[in-house]
Amino acid sequence: MSAESDLTTGPLEYRSHEDRMTILGFWIFLGAEIALFSTLFATYAVMFGRTAKAPSPAELFELPMVLIMTFLLLTSSFTCGIAIHEMRRGSLKGLLTWLAVTLLLGLGFLGFEIYEFVHYAHEGATLPSSAFWSSFFVLTGTHGLHVLLGISWASLLIVQLRRRGLTQVTSRKMFVVGLYWHFLDVIWIFIFTSVYLIGMVV
Amino acid sequence: MSGHSEGFPKKHIVGFLGSMVLTIAAAWAAVGSGLPTPWIIASIMVMAVIQAGIQLFMFMHMTETESGGIQVGNMLHAFFIAAIIIAGSIWTMSFGYAHNHDDGGSGEMEMENHQDMEE
Amino acid sequence: MLDFLLNEFLVTGDPLIYGAMVSMVLVSIAIVYVLTYFKKWGYLWREWLTTVDHKKIGIMYIIAAIAMLFRGGVDALLMRTQLTLPGMEFLNSQHYNEIFTTHGTIMIIFMAMPFLIGLMNFVVPLQIGARDVAFPFLNAVSFWSFAIGALLFNLSFVIGGSPDAGWTNYAPMAGPNLNPGPNINYYLIGLQISGIGTLATGINFLATILKMRAPGMTLMRMPIFTWSSLITSLIITFAFPILTVALALMTIDRIFGSQFFTLTGDGMPMMWANLFWLWGHPEVYIVILPAFGIFSEVISTFARKQLFGYKAMVWSMVIIAGLSFVVWVHHFFTMGAGAGVNSFFSITTMLISVPTGVKIFNWLGTMYKGKIRFDTPMLWALGFIPCFVLGGVTGVMLAMAAADYQYHNTYFLVAHFHNVLIAGTVFGCFAGLTFWYPKMFGHKMNETLGKISFWFFLIGFNVCFLPMYFLGFAGMPRRTYSIEPEWMPLNVVSSVGAVLMAVGFAVFVYNIYYSFRYSPRETQGDAWDGRALEWATTTPVPFYNFATVPKVEGPEAYWLMKQKGKTTYDKNNLEPIHMPSDSGVPFIMMAFMFVAGFGLVWEWMIVAIAGLIGVLACMFIRSFDYDHGFHVSVEEIKETEEKARREEK
Repeated sequence: MSAESDLTTGPLEYRSHEDRMTILGFWIFLGAEIALFSTLFATYAVMFGRTAKAPSPAELFELPMVLIMTFLLLTSSFTCGIAIHEMRRGSLKGLLTWLAVTLLLGLGFLGFEIYEFVHYAHEGATLPSSAFWSSFFVLTGTHGLHVLLGISWASLLIVQLRRRGLTQVTSRKMFVVGLYWHFLDVIWIFIFTSVYLIGMVV
Repeated sequence: MSGHSEGFPKKHIVGFLGSMVLTIAAAWAAVGSGLPTPWIIASIMVMAVIQAGIQLFMFMHMTETESGGIQVGNMLHAFFIAAIIIAGSIWTMSFGYAHNHDDGGSGEMEMENHQDMEE
Repeated sequence: MLDFLLNEFLVTGDPLIYGAMVSMVLVSIAIVYVLTYFKKWGYLWREWLTTVDHKKIGIMYIIAAIAMLFRGGVDALLMRTQLTLPGMEFLNSQHYNEIFTTHGTIMIIFMAMPFLIGLMNFVVPLQIGARDVAFPFLNAVSFWSFAIGALLFNLSFVIGGSPDAGWTNYAPMAGPNLNPGPNINYYLIGLQISGIGTLATGINFLATILKMRAPGMTLMRMPIFTWSSLITSLIITFAFPILTVALALMTIDRIFGSQFFTLTGDGMPMMWANLFWLWGHPEVYIVILPAFGIFSEVISTFARKQLFGYKAMVWSMVIIAGLSFVVWVHHFFTMGAGAGVNSFFSITTMLISVPTGVKIFNWLGTMYKGKIRFDTPMLWALGFIPCFVLGGVTGVMLAMAAADYQYHNTYFLVAHFHNVLIAGTVFGCFAGLTFWYPKMFGHKMNETLGKISFWFFLIGFNVCFLPMYFLGFAGMPRRTYSIEPEWMPLNVVSSVGAVLMAVGFAVFVYNIYYSFRYSPRETQGDAWDGRALEWATTTPVPFYNFATVPKVEGPEAYWLMKQKGKTTYDKNNLEPIHMPSDSGVPFIMMAFMFVAGFGLVWEWMIVAIAGLIGVLACMFIRSFDYDHGFHVSVEEIKETEEKARREEK
């Protein structure tokens, strides 16, 4: 199918032209995801302050919890990087171990996020309560949904990795999941900064 | 193909420590520094962009393979589009600070005036 | 239950709709009968529904687009009938609202884009010397998501009621308070499903064009249509996520009670307009740039000259792509965003006319001193230039924010965008289809009928839309369902034009049938003395496209090959060809998506969730599918090629 040749050296995921193309395609998809999230950020920014009768963000945001969530996700991004590093060293066991740690951290993040949403709802800030809270829940919720999707996807991959070991295809799939996971951290950094920190300052 | 078959993941650890420091610094700038608000916002946004760069270059291997150039260009274009979408929306939806100076009201007041005018 | 069926589920009370229902049922029965009688179910499933071949997918896109052009055209004729005389009682105001909404939405989303994407699908891999697109499975998903989205949207006509808030679907008019019920949901979900497919197409073609070109084909040696497809894909990739979000936000508003575009809870209805046009303006270039590419190919081929100013052509497209993201506010100057905002967007809008003007001069330059042949594709291209310039010039008039307060929401605007979209996109689609028709189906379209169709359409188009500029100046507002007596003469003229266009379209469709029956078959691949690689293959194109991938040595790859006597069949250099396997998963996955979408439209959450589970299950199956295609043996390639090339020698 390809006009370009396949390689015999280098990381497994880059060996075949088809796999390199899939990885490039995923990078382009991440570009589209940036456009998607920036639309949500734009909506959030425009709706900022439009809280109607609901509580304002400064009343509800709590720095310690947000910091914990941030560190969970940051660490999971790091362990995911280590997992890919182990994969490139050819260690399936190392890959699976670090991937499991990554997913556990991701689950921890999700747990905190759910707790946070429930907490806000108790304080009177829900999806329908105002334009601001609609945009807050949809922005952070979309990110949370992405995390959930990433966890499910990576779990499917664990099954495949155990069944088939490290092949060109499984390595490529793992690498792509890795890209996705790091990307979720990139988005979270901006949520942390422009939603929580700015929400606490302004 | 940097990082391949290298035993110790130096890049990852440096990146991780860097992002931890930047996160704490941003949190401190927001709640503890006492700087004027515009300065806080500018500085924490810069730190966020640096952290995104850490993820992209040190964790995600963005520059690898012969498609590295395309991947970097694609991300730059994405950030360019993101800037247009966010800044453009805020600017457009701020509803005309260039006129109606006299009422001296907040942005929200002006907004309501305009809605009245449209109706 | 029966009460619900008659009062809410089915649209009742209008003879036009009863007629539509009966004809839909009859057509469906006829299709099922014909397929069963000729035992074609297996053929349909194996050759079309499960295909991942870019050529077949392209053809399916085009067939669907022509069907949608028919539907949108009927809508247009109904509107013209209603507006011909003052006090007409042909359509009531509600029905009129629904018709102009579906007309606009269908023409843009379900006609113009799929038509062009269909041509891109068929042509681009052939032009770059590739054997398929980068992700053939994903390509099938894209097509079926478009088909399902279109089906869902069209279903609203008889089940539940059509959307009626205009194709722009402005809030708060389209919000849950002023417009409850399934109708707007059809718009939101139908566009959402097909939009996701379009996004996948954009990513797919970016990867294809960037990574699958034949050796030696540098970016600046690519055929211009491929360039336009590359730029279009780039715009799609970054614009469609905005639509996805905008539609999702309004869906959440309507179904889950959020307050984005509402009048309560500090919501901001104008934010919908902002997000819609952030996508909507790039969308305009998504439907015009490929048409520019088609005209460039056609003019160069039929003027028998290399395209004049290739580099300027490419750069002007790049500049248009960049500017397309910074002009969106000109669609709502009258919102009152302030002098600063309006001036900025006024200037960026006017700037776009510069690269577009460059392209016009390049086309003229290509024809200058060329030995022009006036075949039908060239006629469409020649008709395009003056009509499109007219649309462009009135566009610059509209770009001036202060003046726009006068033109806004009048028939002047209607005339303007039909002048660019019909003369640009529709002429482009017709030109492209007639141009590549021999490659697709192995015979040309009949020239005489093609010319009759062209002249009817061209004259009808101008008779229909030129009067609208004057009606606009006379104060006739857009989207009005009844006219004042003083607007009558020009409206009558306009309706006559619409009928002429309908005749042109009917002749075009008849020509498809006539050519199938009577056109001489192509015996070799190069029907028009073409210049790019798609003409280097035999006709019909073998499923693997190229037996040996050609080595590109300059611009106009095939032109050079012809001069050197080279072909895409090098007997001594054959290798087994790797091809992807067909798959029924995309079709089944999107069938589940239809269930999910229908559930969401009616806010039947259990149905929606069941459908979504089906979609996820299909993704799951795909993830565990390690079938990576098959190899075509050298013997089979030899046999195919010898057979196809026998007549040539």
